[in-house]
Amino acid sequence: MSMAGTDTAELRPADPFVPQIYRVDRVSRELADTVTLDLTPLSGSRPPFAPGQFNMLYAFGIGEVAISMSGDRAHDAFVHTVRDVGAVSGAIAKLAPGAVIGLRGPFGTGWPVKEAEGSDIVIVAGGLGLAPLRPAIYEILANRGRYGRVVILFGSRNPTEMLYRHELEEWRRRLDIDIEVTVDHAVADWRGNVGVVPALIPRAAFDPHEAVALICGPEVMMRFTVNALRDVGLTPESIFLSMERNMKCAIGLCGHCQFGSTFVCKDGPVMRFDRIAGIFTVREI
Amino acid sequence: MATLEQILQEHPFFVDAPAELVRLVAGCARNHIFHAGEYLFHEGEPANEFFLIRQGKVALEIDAPGHAPIIFETSGVGDFVGASWLIPPYRWVFDARAVELTRATGIDAACLRGKCEADHDLGYEMMKRFLPVLVRRLHATRLQVLDVYGRH
Amino acid sequence: MVSAAAQGMMTVSRAALQALLDALAENHEVVGPTVRDGAIVYDRITRLADLPAGWTDHQAPGRYHLERRHDDALFGFTVGPQAWKRFLHRPVETLWTIRKGENGVTVESDTGTVPKFAFIGVRACELQAIAIQDRVFSQGPYPDMAYTMRRQSAFIVAVNCGQAGETCFCVSMETGPKAESGFDLALTELIDGDSHQFLVEVGSDAGAEILKRVPRRSATDQEIAKAAAVVARTENQMGRSLETEGLRELLLGNLNHPRWDDVAERCLTCGNCTMVCPTCFCTTIEDHSDLSGTSAERVRKWDSCFTMDFSFIHGGSVRKTPRSRYRQWMTHKLATWIDQFGTSGCVGCGRCITWCPVGIDITVEAAAIRANPQPQTGRRHGDP
Repeated sequence: MSMAGTDTAELRPADPFVPQIYRVDRVSRELADTVTLDLTPLSGSRPPFAPGQFNMLYAFGIGEVAISMSGDRAHDAFVHTVRDVGAVSGAIAKLAPGAVIGLRGPFGTGWPVKEAEGSDIVIVAGGLGLAPLRPAIYEILANRGRYGRVVILFGSRNPTEMLYRHELEEWRRRLDIDIEVTVDHAVADWRGNVGVVPALIPRAAFDPHEAVALICGPEVMMRFTVNALRDVGLTPESIFLSMERNMKCAIGLCGHCQFGSTFVCKDGPVMRFDRIAGIFTVREI
Repeated sequence: MATLEQILQEHPFFVDAPAELVRLVAGCARNHIFHAGEYLFHEGEPANEFFLIRQGKVALEIDAPGHAPIIFETSGVGDFVGASWLIPPYRWVFDARAVELTRATGIDAACLRGKCEADHDLGYEMMKRFLPVLVRRLHATRLQVLDVYGRH
Repeated sequence: MVSAAAQGMMTVSRAALQALLDALAENHEVVGPTVRDGAIVYDRITRLADLPAGWTDHQAPGRYHLERRHDDALFGFTVGPQAWKRFLHRPVETLWTIRKGENGVTVESDTGTVPKFAFIGVRACELQAIAIQDRVFSQGPYPDMAYTMRRQSAFIVAVNCGQAGETCFCVSMETGPKAESGFDLALTELIDGDSHQFLVEVGSDAGAEILKRVPRRSATDQEIAKAAAVVARTENQMGRSLETEGLRELLLGNLNHPRWDDVAERCLTCGNCTMVCPTCFCTTIEDHSDLSGTSAERVRKWDSCFTMDFSFIHGGSVRKTPRSRYRQWMTHKLATWIDQFGTSGCVGCGRCITWCPVGIDITVEAAAIRANPQPQTGRRHGDP
């Protein structure tokens, strides 16, 4: 399995410095502060992408922000789930259908969806971390027969702040995947799990010696999750994380997204754990 | 109809325990069924009995005035519910409610504490089984406290 | 392919160098060292008199000043606060302008005409620094075309150092003092009483072509030997060294060494080192829009990893403490740069030592960790 996840050498924009103009086709509200935008180019069709990659979305005159793809490869549009946490993301989250937006991409490395064929798949998502994993889930479900057991473990703050809840319920209705959901706290009408996501791992139904894990969420949650996966027997080479750092150029030239030896924009965001194990717990690296 | 000893031996908590230990513990045990919504214990009650969950789901919750009770952890098959029986004053600090139909084996706390006091080997074996679970729960709770999914 | 005739060394007189400047000025912007504001900086030059003739520099940690020499050497100094990166990797660059009009949204990214530079007086360490930045900007998966075009059209006249700067350590970095490659012409200044000559080595066809327009003769064996002696003398004058053996593993294995706390008490995080370093390349992006909101531009500017918000996620800065930011700069320069680009990021020019207001010396910091390594604990599950 390649060190960086799926080799995405052929999936690069023509001129990576200059944004292409896209139109917002659809806006759906996910949570109080989170929307999903469907974006299509003003002319031509969007470039292909690999699950796990991201685009730089440009709000006119304000700035850019890196947002992972969270749509289906089969879909015409780029689908991006955006949370309002700052000037740029706030402006983007307020766009209405018909508005235009700049887009550079796709950039970065993808989930090892192809390389993991034949293995059990364990997907562990925390909060908004489910968004960058969703394209991988679509891919895996579309080719379900190529994988062993498929387990999705998802943690949210509470039941009303659960991303893609309807889709999770739909997936749950399938007979060939296990989905366990948990929340940090809840009130009595919640009959599901309460507790942290790593606590779901010991009971999850997969073979740790045949499994590949895909993890995305807040870094603290990913650290605990990696520990729990290794406690049940997964090796560092079978665990993949999506890392996050601020990006400016997204093409490995500005230096901002450096994480140890890696540039998160081009050596990530999806990284195999053994590559970063040495610095993962070093403070302020 | 399985005996209490067989039921205990099959529970993940005792799965690799020597038969003699299981026999000793079984002497303090009895089976329970809790229907959805029933409480296993309430905050403030004496911690007389703790529970090994064989089937179902139990919510640990705190009741604060003016709020609906907040569930901060759920336990399921293989877990044990209740730790306050281990330390004086042996009083429950949370409520435990069956979320769905739950079958549990209850272990009389005073009985087990007495047997552990008389047989330190039994006591050490029990401690070796309880402590890792409590430590993991502590770690998990700390992660929960960080509220990592919240807006910063 | 360099012809056999031009492979031989040539000798050019001091006066004849003006012909070199004139020939280059016909279709290059000629840039070279000149004295300004008490330092030797790089700027446009036309005449030999623009060069720092008879000047030398004195450098120490946190110290720099110029003094008159006892001779009239044109290149009798080492390196100043500026590097050639200010011409190749410009401090401020507009990347594109976007306009919203009736015809929709358009993006203009015309870089304009590419300036052709002729650099006069590039030191061996600086040649290596340019090569290092070439790796960053031209040889990655996303080449910077503007940099690459400026780089490819640049004509380089190197100079072999006649003396070591007091903060230099190019020998231990294996980047000098002799210019080995990467130049069109390389000069070694030979002053002997009234005689003031330059030994010229040709490094490319373009160099050979330009040299044809300069009065010259074949160098004598004596002159070649004298030039070698100049280089050897400079080599022996190095005042400090950086032990590079196993340096990457040493630094990456000591990320929690107490020395980082020690240097953090001195470091002001002013970022001078990143500004003067010839290989530092980090930039930031600024998006500006006009008041009417119909046009916006993206500008790229030099940035420094010493700024508080250089690395952040939505919770805040990732490197809040000066300790972590100094560690990032030094471990990037000497260790992770090797993983990223195949060579060290340091060329031993000594600028970061000279221009640090508190005189932090990268060679001393590395040596302090090497003298007393304290590898991290806290490994688990047999981590590598």
